[in-house]
Amino acid sequence: MYQYSRFDHEFIAERVAQFRAQVARRLDGSLTEDEFKPLRLMNGLYLQLHAYMLRVAIPYGTLNSRQMRQLAMIAERWDKGYGHFTTRQNIQFNWPKLEDVPVILQALADVEMHAIQTSGNTVRNVTADHFAGAAADELADPRPIAELIRQWSTDHPEFQFLPRKFKIAVTGSPNDRAVTRAHDIGLRMTKQDGLRGFEVIVGGGLGRTPMIGKTLSPFVPLDDLLPYLEAVVSTYNLLGRRDNKYKARIKITTHENGIEEIKQRVEAQFAKIKLRFAGADLQLLKDIEQQFAPPKFRASSEPVEADSAPAQSPAFRAWLDTNISAHKTPGYAIVSVSLKKPGATPGDASADQMRALAEIARNFGHDELRISHEQNVILPHVLRTDLPQVFQALRQADLAAANIGLISDIIACPGMDYCALATARSIPVAQQIATRFQALKLEHDVGPLKLKISGCINACGHHHVGHIGILGLEKAGVESYQITLGGDAGAEAEIGTRAGPGFGADEIVPAIERLLLGYLQLRLDRNESFLEAYRRLGLAPFKALLYPQARKAA
Amino acid sequence: MSVTAISKVVTANDLRSGEVLYLRFPHSWTPELARASVIKDNDLAKASLAFAQGQPNAVVGAYLSDVIDKSDGPKASHFRERFRSTGPSNYRHGKQEL
Repeated sequence: MYQYSRFDHEFIAERVAQFRAQVARRLDGSLTEDEFKPLRLMNGLYLQLHAYMLRVAIPYGTLNSRQMRQLAMIAERWDKGYGHFTTRQNIQFNWPKLEDVPVILQALADVEMHAIQTSGNTVRNVTADHFAGAAADELADPRPIAELIRQWSTDHPEFQFLPRKFKIAVTGSPNDRAVTRAHDIGLRMTKQDGLRGFEVIVGGGLGRTPMIGKTLSPFVPLDDLLPYLEAVVSTYNLLGRRDNKYKARIKITTHENGIEEIKQRVEAQFAKIKLRFAGADLQLLKDIEQQFAPPKFRASSEPVEADSAPAQSPAFRAWLDTNISAHKTPGYAIVSVSLKKPGATPGDASADQMRALAEIARNFGHDELRISHEQNVILPHVLRTDLPQVFQALRQADLAAANIGLISDIIACPGMDYCALATARSIPVAQQIATRFQALKLEHDVGPLKLKISGCINACGHHHVGHIGILGLEKAGVESYQITLGGDAGAEAEIGTRAGPGFGADEIVPAIERLLLGYLQLRLDRNESFLEAYRRLGLAPFKALLYPQARKAA
Repeated sequence: MSVTAISKVVTANDLRSGEVLYLRFPHSWTPELARASVIKDNDLAKASLAFAQGQPNAVVGAYLSDVIDKSDGPKASHFRERFRSTGPSNYRHGKQEL
């Protein structure tokens, strides 16, 4: 993986030193809160409901064991012994003290990490397919491009005060695991006449006005990608609205001006700036690509399959069924480690768990870890023969939940338990749904299901693209939960449809239970997933399950 | 029910720790809502908020919050303020550690 250059080290060190001085000036009264707030936000430091929150970028979700151990150390030393992995491949610490933040940033810099541009109207952490570099279905590893974009966008002088925040996601696989159609820019690797390039999607986003991104160009050759991206962001920087925060994202710019107008402007700008890049970006990309050379995979002659070893426990077999994905190298597997044990807070890992993950990655995973936007941890390169040992080690760390892609594998934002913007809690709803379906022992019967919960309209929990989405709002002084159905975060991304009036905090879990028990009756057979059944039948029968009273009244 | 009236407290976050604090007359801050001073007079509310905003090196983001004044101290009238006064529901962290 990428190692910081001297430039990276110096830049990060300078920013840490600046922030140390800024915090000191805030504490001695030389800076007012109004003056300090933008400075702390530039460094990912928010003030939330109960405490400060530090959001640390994990570029394209990639970590090594040393970095994971450092996150554990930070969690233990300056926080409350855990961290929260987010839907944007960041980690958030919920309880840092202001005066400790500069030293935390130094500890991050020591392992080549930072919190820069994890807030503010800038290009945010560049996210990528969490199976990047390992997936059997990818054209190529998208992370070198993601790293190039990180370097280009970090402290980019033109893009520090964009109309609004700007999120970029990259995938190298046709099976979109990076939700590229719900980003300001989504990049999907593709090939044309043997030439590598990207489909550039623009104007996707969730939040209060959810929109699926539109294709700005079906193919931009790799050689042109960075100037093309610069042309897009530059066009948005000038054209995007600054009069209304809620109309400032590029999705609205695209919607109001039309994709053709945006395309024309981007192409004119691209023609103007392309020559300026003069190939420096491509030289840099070559250097970066070398650093993402695949690990030296070992050949294995003894594949362990779930049913070939008699000693395997049912728990191990269940875990193999749900938590393992196809690796591009024979004899290897991708392991998804669930941070969604029923009853746990989705995305949270204790310091001990982080250290266990680091240890497992070092011993069995070529020292690589990934964080997924679904708030799980990935061990991208595990020899299949090592899977029993990996499972045992995960079990010891209480990380062996066999539920990837099932109903308890819920995305949930921090909600009103932490977030100052939230209008309702998300975490308890996720906990209750997961434990309820565990008790019913129906999770495997229900099968593949993406349930996503947001505690406010900003949609950090991606509820719009959940097969079942839950949005927490306030209604008449109490928490109220709206259900959307039929959303999809995959390659054919789709925004879910609101099913009807909201449910109270004590009604939401029974409503989900009615919905899924009803689905078991409605489906053609076990192979028809919830989403497929919904697409076949439409909203009406599912709505009837959610609102039985309305049916009776009618 | 010992509910007497809708009343207000001044609340803010501690500059150093971010912890939720409440103004206690004459001029101290308490982390416990039950120990906050309840304000029932608009002029006093205005003056108390001004006092809080005049302490930028102690607290951040001061505002007036509605409470229900009960015999054992004020209680938050909105669920958001109730969560602020208690802490998160998934761990016994923050004020629940006291």
